[in-house]
Amino acid sequence: MIDILLLLIIVACAIAAVSIKDLLSAIMILGVYSFIMATIFTRLNAVDVAFTEASVGAGITSVLMIAALSRTKRYEYLYTKSERRKPSALFLKVLSLFIVIITGAVLVYGTLDMPEFGDPDAPANKHVSPRYIEESHHETGVNNFVTAVLASYRGYDTLGETTVIFTAGICVILLLRKFKKDDDDRYAGICY
Amino acid sequence: MQEFIKEQIIVRTVSKFFTPFIQLYAFYVIAHGDLGPGGGFQGGVILGASMILYVIAFGMDEGRKRVSQKISDIFVSTGVLIYAGIGLLCILAGGAYLEYAELPLGSHHLASHLGIYGIEIGVGITVAFVMITIFFETAKKERKK
Repeated sequence: MIDILLLLIIVACAIAAVSIKDLLSAIMILGVYSFIMATIFTRLNAVDVAFTEASVGAGITSVLMIAALSRTKRYEYLYTKSERRKPSALFLKVLSLFIVIITGAVLVYGTLDMPEFGDPDAPANKHVSPRYIEESHHETGVNNFVTAVLASYRGYDTLGETTVIFTAGICVILLLRKFKKDDDDRYAGICY
Repeated sequence: MQEFIKEQIIVRTVSKFFTPFIQLYAFYVIAHGDLGPGGGFQGGVILGASMILYVIAFGMDEGRKRVSQKISDIFVSTGVLIYAGIGLLCILAGGAYLEYAELPLGSHHLASHLGIYGIEIGVGITVAFVMITIFFETAKKERKK
């Protein structure tokens, strides 16, 4: 029951974020979306994922998007009535609706093949999971087997992820940093 | 904007009060990744967020006094180096890359545990300082004259 309620709130957040014209409010709504998502992950017993969603999705992403917003305008461009009624604009609207419906239908079709939630006979629960659950403490010495998988069994992947984040940081430095001394650019601030 | 935020005494007092607690919690999350939920990534994000909160309240100049550009640039790469370096140490100790159990730290169990600790710390350092860097570089705004 509560799950359906939470999913409905998610849908409401998505519609609100798309339809609202004030981009700052849209970022706030996405933060709410992330927190509800974290609650759903907790309900699914995926505490590590919920933690990541709460700290990254709701915390850092909102702040970084607001920071990006400080470099652009706060409000979406409002089309005039005549602009909205142009044939090309109408065509784009119909085309995007078509794409969204097709994609949604394919995704729903994909879920029909998925096993029941928590099904012990599902392939995901039969392949390597039993080994991680039974042996990870003995083999890696840590109690939390999510950490054991991330740091030890899939250590290369985590190294790759860390390198991706490092590369992102380097790219931001290269693209946005002013290497010349410039007094005008010293001031921070989330201003609009 | 800068003058406006200077008057926000509540924002400044609260953020100054909370920053150390958030940072302590971040270290707790990094150090307890092997026992409960969390780990280097989440802890690093929280550590970065604490610094960003401080910068939002006190402004870019005050923030740069705490974390200078040079220091944050060095730490961005230090984390990845720690991670990759632990992998290389495992090779030197006679194991495969990132095979922590081969590290010469007592029993295999303990060596594996400490190796995982080490890479969590590396991930945390890189993530925290990349978040700080992205915020510092993105949130710049030309002063209006």
